[in-house]
Amino acid sequence: MKRVEAIIKPFKLEDVKDALSEAGITGMTVSDVKGYGRQQGHSELYRGAEYVVDFLPKIKIELVIADDEVDNIISIITDSAKTGKIGDGKIFVSSVEKVVRIRTGEEDEEAI
Amino acid sequence: MELGSISYIIDTLFAIFAMVLIIFMVPGFAMLEAGLVRTKNVTAVLTINTLIYCVASMAFLLVGYSIAFGDFGSDSMSKWAAFLFQMAFVGKVVNIMSGGVSERAKVIPLTIFTVVMAAIIYPLIVNVSWGSNFLEGTFLELSMYDLAGSTVIHSTGGWALLAAILVIGARHGRYTKDGAIRVIPASNIPLVTLGALILWIGWFGFNGGSVGSIASKENADAVALTILNTNTAGLSGAIIVSIIMYLKYKKLDLTMILNGALGGLVAITAGPDLYDIHTPILIGAIGGALVVFAVSFFDRLRIDDPVGALSVHLVNGIWGTLAVGIFASNGDSITLLGQIKGIFVVGIFAFVSSYIVLFIINKIIPLRASHDEEVQGLDVEECGLEAYPEFKRAF
Repeated sequence: MKRVEAIIKPFKLEDVKDALSEAGITGMTVSDVKGYGRQQGHSELYRGAEYVVDFLPKIKIELVIADDEVDNIISIITDSAKTGKIGDGKIFVSSVEKVVRIRTGEEDEEAI
Repeated sequence: MELGSISYIIDTLFAIFAMVLIIFMVPGFAMLEAGLVRTKNVTAVLTINTLIYCVASMAFLLVGYSIAFGDFGSDSMSKWAAFLFQMAFVGKVVNIMSGGVSERAKVIPLTIFTVVMAAIIYPLIVNVSWGSNFLEGTFLELSMYDLAGSTVIHSTGGWALLAAILVIGARHGRYTKDGAIRVIPASNIPLVTLGALILWIGWFGFNGGSVGSIASKENADAVALTILNTNTAGLSGAIIVSIIMYLKYKKLDLTMILNGALGGLVAITAGPDLYDIHTPILIGAIGGALVVFAVSFFDRLRIDDPVGALSVHLVNGIWGTLAVGIFASNGDSITLLGQIKGIFVVGIFAFVSSYIVLFIINKIIPLRASHDEEVQGLDVEECGLEAYPEFKRAF
């Protein structure tokens, strides 16, 4: 099993969610995060003084999937989250050792 | 019923209505300040605002009113209503002052200063301007016209704030070691807006009530004109700041626009009953413009005022009092020189006496929170109650 973490632009969340649902993904966890990469921050104005906002708001989507779905899911996220402009985000894939569904006690692929 | 008692009743009702509007400015200040500070200091700001209203009004009841006016008395309305109306103003003076030292001043010493301010310093200023006038006949006698207190209330609060900021210093991290200004943005713009607009509404009682009587055709006209002109100055203050901010930065900074409205309202407060209906447009516009420039001016001097109270109340209190001399001078009872003298006499007394009292209090109970308390936030350290304690929304 793999965990896919995708950092995307906030306004792209609906597009990504819809695309993943269509592909049969039944669940995901979403969180508000802030960060920066090559995009860096931007400057804002408050009471006549400029200041730099280092961290930009992003959305982090996490899903755990079966190993053979990884390539498909990555391409779905890449297609649906892409704007072509700097700051579109990144996708991280890592291995997951164990999954347990709390309600039933099912484990691993059955629990995804 | 005889005519005399009807006007007595109407004026009593009017004074109480005005008082309610002025007291409504307490939550106005509270919300404005709660929105402009960081979330870790919100409870402390609200605690100060609540305590200030209570102790200032109590001190004025027990001591201050007698110093200002001699004793409880009024022929034209219930003397209790006359007292309540005057009492409503007291909290405003210290409200102006407390906001500018928020996020680093401790509640208890600030409350102690409030007692001295409301019991002695402010009543002495009222005494020589609106009250029994112990300076009468001396060379210091004031001939200033200040209907609702551009100088007596707003500048007085502003001078006390300036003294307090000089005693207490800037917030930690506000100015970096290499001299740069670090912006600390507001935490809740909706609250700032709510507070500023409540203050605006409260101002109608503040200025309208200061006419003193509504129970005749002439007085009713004077009250209505006063309220009309008050509103106009607020409108033009907000509009001019919007224009300046947009031309200068291509952005509409709402906190500045609201401060501009309040600046216009302070500026009109000295003489809203004296002008025709168009002069307040100019007075409010100049007031708003002064706010924009004063905010960055004080910042350059490293005078840290999180809510802009100096720019709104001190600068425009002075401007409003001057404006009466410029636009409503009648060469007889109102002169530009008389207005300037009032600004100086009240200003010097308010600043020096506040500074001395704050200096002494600071020696006994430090006004400033410790570095750790300030970093942690005053909510936890002083109040034991965070304004926003939940990790996220609870279900």
